[in-house]
Amino acid sequence: MNKTDVLIIGAGPTGLFCAHQLGIIGLSCEIVDNLDKAGGQCIELYPDKPIYDIPAVPECTGEELTNNLLKQIKPFNVKFHLNERVEHLKKTESRWHVKTSGGVEFDVAAIVIAGGVGSFEPRKFSVKECEKFEGNSLFYSIKDKSIFKDKTISIFGGGDSALDWAIELSNTSKVNLIHRRDGFSGAEASVQKVNKLNEQGKLNLYTKYQMETVLGDKNIESVKIKHDDGEIKEIKSDYVLGFFGLIMQLGPILDWGLNIDKKTVQVNTENFESNVNGIFAIGDICSYPGKLKLILSGFHEGALAARGCFKYAKPDEKLRFEFTTTSKAAQERLGIKK
Amino acid sequence: MAKITYHTHDNKTHTIDVQNGLTVMEGAVQNDIPGIDADCGGGMACATCHVYVKEEWLDKLPAKEDGEEDMLDMAFEPKNNSRLSCQLIVSDELDGLEVNIPSKQG
Repeated sequence: MNKTDVLIIGAGPTGLFCAHQLGIIGLSCEIVDNLDKAGGQCIELYPDKPIYDIPAVPECTGEELTNNLLKQIKPFNVKFHLNERVEHLKKTESRWHVKTSGGVEFDVAAIVIAGGVGSFEPRKFSVKECEKFEGNSLFYSIKDKSIFKDKTISIFGGGDSALDWAIELSNTSKVNLIHRRDGFSGAEASVQKVNKLNEQGKLNLYTKYQMETVLGDKNIESVKIKHDDGEIKEIKSDYVLGFFGLIMQLGPILDWGLNIDKKTVQVNTENFESNVNGIFAIGDICSYPGKLKLILSGFHEGALAARGCFKYAKPDEKLRFEFTTTSKAAQERLGIKK
Repeated sequence: MAKITYHTHDNKTHTIDVQNGLTVMEGAVQNDIPGIDADCGGGMACATCHVYVKEEWLDKLPAKEDGEEDMLDMAFEPKNNSRLSCQLIVSDELDGLEVNIPSKQG
């Protein structure tokens, strides 16, 4: 059981800055995120794209912003629980008992949901038959590549994951790479490599084809793919891999009794608390009249939510407003030596 | 102002006056037309505002910018007439545009 003042759900910029604001006012926190790294949409959707509207930062990328925020919260030694999704919340007297998908448990005074548009999950095939084989001979990520040795693998997708795995697995497996068009979104060098492997017969490339269906009993035996012009091919396959990027799903948050409107949590603008006492929502996932989905708004919301958490974490103390420039306590928490 | 017609997956038709300058995505979201999620808010970063454009409109729309086709690779059941509705900016020229919203976005 991890005991801390506040649990932050989501390690995007808003969650990270909220951790900073909690640290400044002397509250502890831990952060859970379903991705394998901090940064949220900034890292997952646009790590290299420039952002021009962070106050006092004329231009930075999603990755730079994330790294700077991580640097800014370093003094607080915030503990991250990555690859974990919060599943269950239970109120026990005045505190919350929280459990994640991986069985990590927390005892906290308050919860701040900074979950963006939800947790990132792999985007799946639209073909119904695929569900039956998922986790057995059809995968959206690879945990153990040794199972593919000497097998026939059909990989669908045109981005870096599809290309990289096609190249890698072509060393030890028979690989079919299937993509809906001639162009690829993956790195140019990988595209050239795939084309070369295709010419050398070390990989079979099928472009302008999409998944029609999968066939098999317990395990996949073949896949049918359909060309733009309607032609259908059946190719033998032991495994099918789909790499269509990630999609955001609100997931278990829907079950926590919060007022939800259009996939967002309704909050008040005084401290960004939801209709449930002790559960706050900030950033893209919260809504209120005038809400702007900007990172800078998320920072403001996080600062106020952090102060809102104080009364739950330290009910017998009074929070005094202070500036970091002059507050000895804040500077001590930041580890500043004079 | 342009009249945009959205055909939703439940076989309903919604014809909306959308102001010039808004996107076809915003026209749907602001009018509570179901089926367009627009998770990333119009940043061409998520493919959840994917629509099928009525064939006769395909050539009349501004060409796809770099990146839109890449994102469409990630869309739910992309076809030749697929577009991201966040990239279609409404103008008088789009008056009468019809789009079909897929059964789901992911």
